[in-house]
Amino acid sequence: MTDKDKAEKKDKKERIPRQAMPEQDPRARITNFDEVPLGYSPETAMLEARRCIQCKKPGCVTGCPVDIDIPGFVKRVADGDFLGAARKIKETNCLPAVCGRVCPQEDQCEKLCILGKKWDPVAIGRLERFVADYERSAGSVEVPALPAPTGRRIAVVGAGPAGLTIAGDLVKMGHGVTIFEALHKAGGVLIYGIPEFRLPKSIVDAEVDYLQKLGVRIVTDAAIGRLKTIDDLFAEGFHAVFLGVGAGAPVFMNIPGENFSGIYSANEYLTRSNLMKAYRFPEYDTPIAKGRNVAVIGGGNVAMDSVRTALRLGAENAYIIYRRTKTEMPARAEEVHHAEEEGVQFRFLTNPIEYIGDEKGWVRQMVCQRMELGEPDESGRRRPVVIKGSEFTIDVDTVVVSVGTMANPVIPMTTPGLETNRWGYIVTKDETGETTRKGVWAGGDIVTGSATVILAMGAGRKAARAIHDYVMSL
Amino acid sequence: MHRITEKVVLSENIVKTVFEAPEIAKKRRAGQFIILMIDDRGERIPLTIVDSDPVKGTLTIIYQVVGKTTDQLAQLEPGDVIQHVLGPLGHPTEIDGIGTAVCVGGGVGIGVVYPIAKALREKGTRVISIIGARTKNMLILEEESRGVSDELHVATDDGSYGYHGFVSDVLRDLITAGTKIDRVFAIGPVPMMRVVANVTRPHGIKTIVSLNPIMVDGTGMCGACRVTVGGKTKFTCVDGPEFDGHQVDFGLLMSRLQMYAEQEQRARELCRCGNHDR
Repeated sequence: MTDKDKAEKKDKKERIPRQAMPEQDPRARITNFDEVPLGYSPETAMLEARRCIQCKKPGCVTGCPVDIDIPGFVKRVADGDFLGAARKIKETNCLPAVCGRVCPQEDQCEKLCILGKKWDPVAIGRLERFVADYERSAGSVEVPALPAPTGRRIAVVGAGPAGLTIAGDLVKMGHGVTIFEALHKAGGVLIYGIPEFRLPKSIVDAEVDYLQKLGVRIVTDAAIGRLKTIDDLFAEGFHAVFLGVGAGAPVFMNIPGENFSGIYSANEYLTRSNLMKAYRFPEYDTPIAKGRNVAVIGGGNVAMDSVRTALRLGAENAYIIYRRTKTEMPARAEEVHHAEEEGVQFRFLTNPIEYIGDEKGWVRQMVCQRMELGEPDESGRRRPVVIKGSEFTIDVDTVVVSVGTMANPVIPMTTPGLETNRWGYIVTKDETGETTRKGVWAGGDIVTGSATVILAMGAGRKAARAIHDYVMSL
Repeated sequence: MHRITEKVVLSENIVKTVFEAPEIAKKRRAGQFIILMIDDRGERIPLTIVDSDPVKGTLTIIYQVVGKTTDQLAQLEPGDVIQHVLGPLGHPTEIDGIGTAVCVGGGVGIGVVYPIAKALREKGTRVISIIGARTKNMLILEEESRGVSDELHVATDDGSYGYHGFVSDVLRDLITAGTKIDRVFAIGPVPMMRVVANVTRPHGIKTIVSLNPIMVDGTGMCGACRVTVGGKTKFTCVDGPEFDGHQVDFGLLMSRLQMYAEQEQRARELCRCGNHDR
């Protein structure tokens, strides 16, 4: 019997619909920063897991950048063995509570689920989240036995998704691992970028704690490139270096008035709110503009995070200004849906060309142009074209520019022999992430440009195997 | 964790703090800065490193008490700790091949220009320092500045000590008197730096200013510290902190420094009233 036949048969027998996950009511949730989805109950999780037909050739696994044995863990959930399910996931993924929340499952595992061809795919992400949360709240997070120390030391630069993943993998192979992080807290984009209402910081802290229990050493407040160069790290006795420093530099549009007060990069806006907890000012010392009319420029996940943060900070009007249409928006459908439910106002086919400020230099208005869609461009999306004479203004007092990020130049600048491409991203020789500098690997956004948490984790995983082979050959 | 080893109140509201940061002390060069965060609820503020002692492993900062964080910092005594210190950040000052330099420091800016004067002197540059403050008892580092200068001029706004007037007036007089000046370093309040830049511009004397805008991460990640220099946007933390004073849009810098004036006021008041439970 083929997997497809199995699916048909199962459907005739049971017809369990894909289980919804309860969420905070939109009207209530825009007044707090608590997580929006509330997670499955054990009963719901088991019911959802029973929908999986345990394919012989599971498509879902091929869609997972870190090769989780998805049917294996789902089977355990169906059987009520939640801790067993957690162990199964952790064989290849050290951050399941994070991935269950922020992975674009609809483009990965769930996209390839055979049930999705005719019905809805198994809610793999929700199950992963349930399992990780169950394990954590049961206080049953186990530290596996580690192999004998190899005596090899590896420096990981950047405590984001790529760095945390590779650190977990390498320490489990018996290597000594030290992560250097420039900020005062580990987690990278999981801490400074993704808001509390989408990824509670206590979860990231728990994942980081777990790595430390495994023996990973984390040094915060360490600006590699300035405090120590890559050469210094080798001189200190590290055998290999992994660079997972992200694409952290914000892109601005270089239009007149963009430096007025009240105009932020998404990085700054989110860092103030998430990392520095400005939404709890003055309990925390970092302030943030609590605008009444907030415009967020851009259509990606970071833009959705920013605009939903603005609502929670008390905005009366929170706009997404996007130069194409809803169809072309790169944000996940789920995030767009949440933003719509919460009352975000979408202004499609609109592009800012200038900001107007008041006598104190604070932004008051943005001048926009209307756009229409033309021929597809190199990204395959239809190119937005300006409609001449269509200028109009929108009253704003806070603007968040969320049109992308680029590579931070500090490490390439201070590392001889490390080649970068014309956008400043680090050049790698193969998919393990080996760079042009001996003993140095790189992965995540600093190689690919802005992508997803899980792709960075996948890059960390691949580099871990290559670094292991390399240091053991020394 | 960075233990404080020394604290000195230099004037009414200018304080010097010395603390342990051995790795930064080893690497730091003149002109660079740190970001510090006193505790886990604190904000991240940039401060220029005034001095470092690689042997003792300490850094020296000098700051004016202007808000909640500097107020809190000024209350820390030897033995207390600063939780987080990141650095050294920014480009070091270019100090090579300068014949004669004038180092102009205003107020707390004297603390920032002092290490540059010291570094220049060590390179064999002839250093003329002009330091100034509102009034005599607000003047800091007079002896230290004298020690690293071939010539020292002191000015006070109210005439209570030294020249009666602004540091920029002293500089103008030097230029008028025909003093050969290859470069000016001017550090202090934004209006002072603007005036100094205006004084040197017609004479084509290259003038370097060190900017201290609001920052968050200090590593080029957020753009809070962006300034307009020569019509282009620059990030002070990674492109600076020193820029060509003739190119800086000082008006923009001033308005961006005022961005959180209301919240800063509120935080400081809460702090003073002791309502701020920490």
